[in-house]
Amino acid sequence: MLERGLEEKTYVLNLGPQHPSTHGVLRVELHMEGEFIIKADPDIGYGHRGHEHMAENRTYAQYLPNMARVDYLHALAYNQGYCMAVEKLLGLTVPERGEYIRVITAELNRLTSHLLWLGAYLLDLGAFTPILYTFDDRENVLDLLDYLTGSRLTYCFYRFGGVPVDIDDDFTDGCRKFIQRLRSRLPDYDNLVTKNVIFIHRTKDIGIITKDQCIKYGLTGPMARGSGIPYDIRRVEPYSVYPQFDFEIPIGEQGDALDRYMVRLREMEQSLRIVEQALDKIPSGPIMAEKVPKRLKPAAGEVYTAVESARGEFGCYIVSAGDTKPYRIKLRVPSFGNLSILPELAVDTLVADLVAIIGSIDVVVPEIDR
Amino acid sequence: MVSYFKEILVGFYSLLAGMAVTIRYFVKPIVTVQYPREKIEMTPRYRGYPQLTIDPETKTHRCIACEMCARICPSQLITVEGTKFPGEKQKRATKYIHEHQYCSLCGLCVEVCPTTALEFSQVYRLAGYSREDCVIDHLIVLQKRQRLAGFVATPVPTAEEIEAAKAAEAAAKAAKEKEAKAKAEAKGKPEGEVKE
Amino acid sequence: MEAMAQPAAVSILGMIAGLLGVIVLVSVNALFLIWMERKVSAHMQLRPGPMEVGWHGAIQTIADALKLMGKELITPKDVDRPVYLLAPIVVFLPVLLSFLVIPFSQSLVIRDMNVGVLLILAFASLTVLAILMAGWASNNKYSIFGAIRSVAQNIAYEIPLLITLMSIILMVGSFSLADIVEAQSAYWFVFVQPLAFILYITCATAETNRAPFDLPEAESELVAGFHTEYSGMRFALFFLAEYTNMFIVAAIATVFFLGGWRGPFLPGIVWFLIKVYFIIFVLMWFRWTFPRVRFDQLITFAWKILIPLAFANLIITAFILKLR
Repeated sequence: MLERGLEEKTYVLNLGPQHPSTHGVLRVELHMEGEFIIKADPDIGYGHRGHEHMAENRTYAQYLPNMARVDYLHALAYNQGYCMAVEKLLGLTVPERGEYIRVITAELNRLTSHLLWLGAYLLDLGAFTPILYTFDDRENVLDLLDYLTGSRLTYCFYRFGGVPVDIDDDFTDGCRKFIQRLRSRLPDYDNLVTKNVIFIHRTKDIGIITKDQCIKYGLTGPMARGSGIPYDIRRVEPYSVYPQFDFEIPIGEQGDALDRYMVRLREMEQSLRIVEQALDKIPSGPIMAEKVPKRLKPAAGEVYTAVESARGEFGCYIVSAGDTKPYRIKLRVPSFGNLSILPELAVDTLVADLVAIIGSIDVVVPEIDR
Repeated sequence: MVSYFKEILVGFYSLLAGMAVTIRYFVKPIVTVQYPREKIEMTPRYRGYPQLTIDPETKTHRCIACEMCARICPSQLITVEGTKFPGEKQKRATKYIHEHQYCSLCGLCVEVCPTTALEFSQVYRLAGYSREDCVIDHLIVLQKRQRLAGFVATPVPTAEEIEAAKAAEAAAKAAKEKEAKAKAEAKGKPEGEVKE
Repeated sequence: MEAMAQPAAVSILGMIAGLLGVIVLVSVNALFLIWMERKVSAHMQLRPGPMEVGWHGAIQTIADALKLMGKELITPKDVDRPVYLLAPIVVFLPVLLSFLVIPFSQSLVIRDMNVGVLLILAFASLTVLAILMAGWASNNKYSIFGAIRSVAQNIAYEIPLLITLMSIILMVGSFSLADIVEAQSAYWFVFVQPLAFILYITCATAETNRAPFDLPEAESELVAGFHTEYSGMRFALFFLAEYTNMFIVAAIATVFFLGGWRGPFLPGIVWFLIKVYFIIFVLMWFRWTFPRVRFDQLITFAWKILIPLAFANLIITAFILKLR
């Protein structure tokens, strides 16, 4: 670099795949002039495990644990999306109590994802302490989910036709306690982070995405909502029992990193509201659909279901050839679409801004690589 | 000019507010545990690796070596062998190997077991120094747990015993077949006679 | 003052003894500060921090130092060898020399010069040379980023630092640190110059490259900045220098604003150390609370806010002194 740099104006900086703030194994090739980026080229695929191909060699049930490994931060949404697709293929209906439990656990899981993102984002911006506070909160949710599902990160909880385990009073009490606790902690995050002048300066007007760009790049989730598009699968294509709850879709105005941050923070409050309502309203009854066949052999056909994961629209497209194994499964992951806008956002920013932008996209790289 | 000073003051105040939060947490009790010395208890449903349940009545496992678990396992990591011993109605596991290094702890094997012979262990220290460390022989593990619980350890059948049992089974099968043949022949004769 | 009156040979012997004392102090202080930082950060983050080696992990840092000494000193292939090897030494020397003029108590000062402040500030600016050497010689893009940032940052922040201190020097009329402490017999200067104190602490944080101004080693952007390619004891020297630098800026703050060794009941040295470690605690408090500022904002902050405010403070001080 020393010899070449003197002659050429631009040079290449490799950000990742082993960089502290590229969240896993994302590599971004930066063409730079001084500290300014003139071209950014994300390079993905370091975490490729062939999940989609694996589906072709496994039965429907055997593929269940894979879903937790696609997006390990919001595993239950992926679980739900896949289960819904298979249920649609088989023509199963999940009893209402089962759906309620699914909604409660999925929303709790969304909270863990957002809490982790909050901490990690602040870590990217150079604040060390918030991640420990968010992890403290997150551990509380994980304890709840652990109590119910038996694992803390890669849940494999939903089954075709419902959920295997019913919630009990301990879980309900724990949930309510946690809701109270997190609500009392949110002002602390406001004081520590949201109102902090350094934080505001680092995120305001950084990585502005217009509505047109959102549609052009197929952005979903908080990325789209931060730009003012109220696109949330839970509202626009309601699934499960979401229509029964009263919750808002928070949207931003400008589409910068601060707006996306605010959207996620307010989404956490909405998730708390949904969990609270679900705990109040939960009906009694069975949790598993009756007559779930032991040997799953759906008729030939194809289905697509979409759920709202913490990062956006997760779609699961299954083609069945009438066998015990799916013919093809295609996963539509939100992070891939969300990351695709990075080259456009990165132009003419500083490295520090790029870190702030990558953080605000909230990429989960294994989800992109699959 | 006013906005300049206002920005400075607001910014300064926001920094103080942040510092107030951290100093408040500074005096709060710690929430972590010193891991090797203190341990947190696992929840009852915690999914460790699957292990054989000790039946409270028979004080031994219930595995009938049906190989359902081996078939459902997404990673195909379970090896079960079983033999029918003389004087027993069902097959009994003679070998149950769980290659834990491939396990994703999904729990499908526990769910699918027809005799509920499997349960999740509470073990969370699953790391080993080599691949071989992760290979769990469940019949041995069961013996250890039985001794800990004060039960008589179920002996693991030796190769000779298995051979003998297999031979006995084969002999029994042969005898049965012979008997059936003889019966069929005996049955066939009168029929033939009738026909004739 | 006392040292000046003594014959030259005694004075030289005293200085050698003093230097040895300083080397011991520097290492003990750095070990203590690292432990303290780990404890402070841990408790702010609801964790206990080091607990295993010694009482509450008190000698954990010694264990770490031993480990670092035992590590292989890796010299990457394409480095500028002499500069690369020299940088850790260059970073360490000026911080040692700065100790010469710090008055720990009334009598405990190795050599009280009448240009003490200037000496410390001059040596403090040498640190940036070492960082530039380390960054440039490492032949690593991240390192060079850190080095360039460090140069810009230190130049920008030395100006307000000097100007704020100048307002105190105007009040006292001397560059000697002992004189400045003497002048605070009635009241501490922090009460008459609160703005200068805040400005000084801000600049000092930037001067020591600590969060929120730790741009030269911003690990979420630059991995480890200028010392990315250093390992073992060479890395430890950078580390040691950083913490000793913290001690020096805190000592200056104590001398200029908090009355130095003055305090009731306890001996002067104890008061001095209490005040110094309090300032260091505040610096740590900053680090574990704030996000990192962006580079252009950092420079903007220095030129648009700190320097005008520092000048305003100096002019107002001068006016008041003239009117009085």
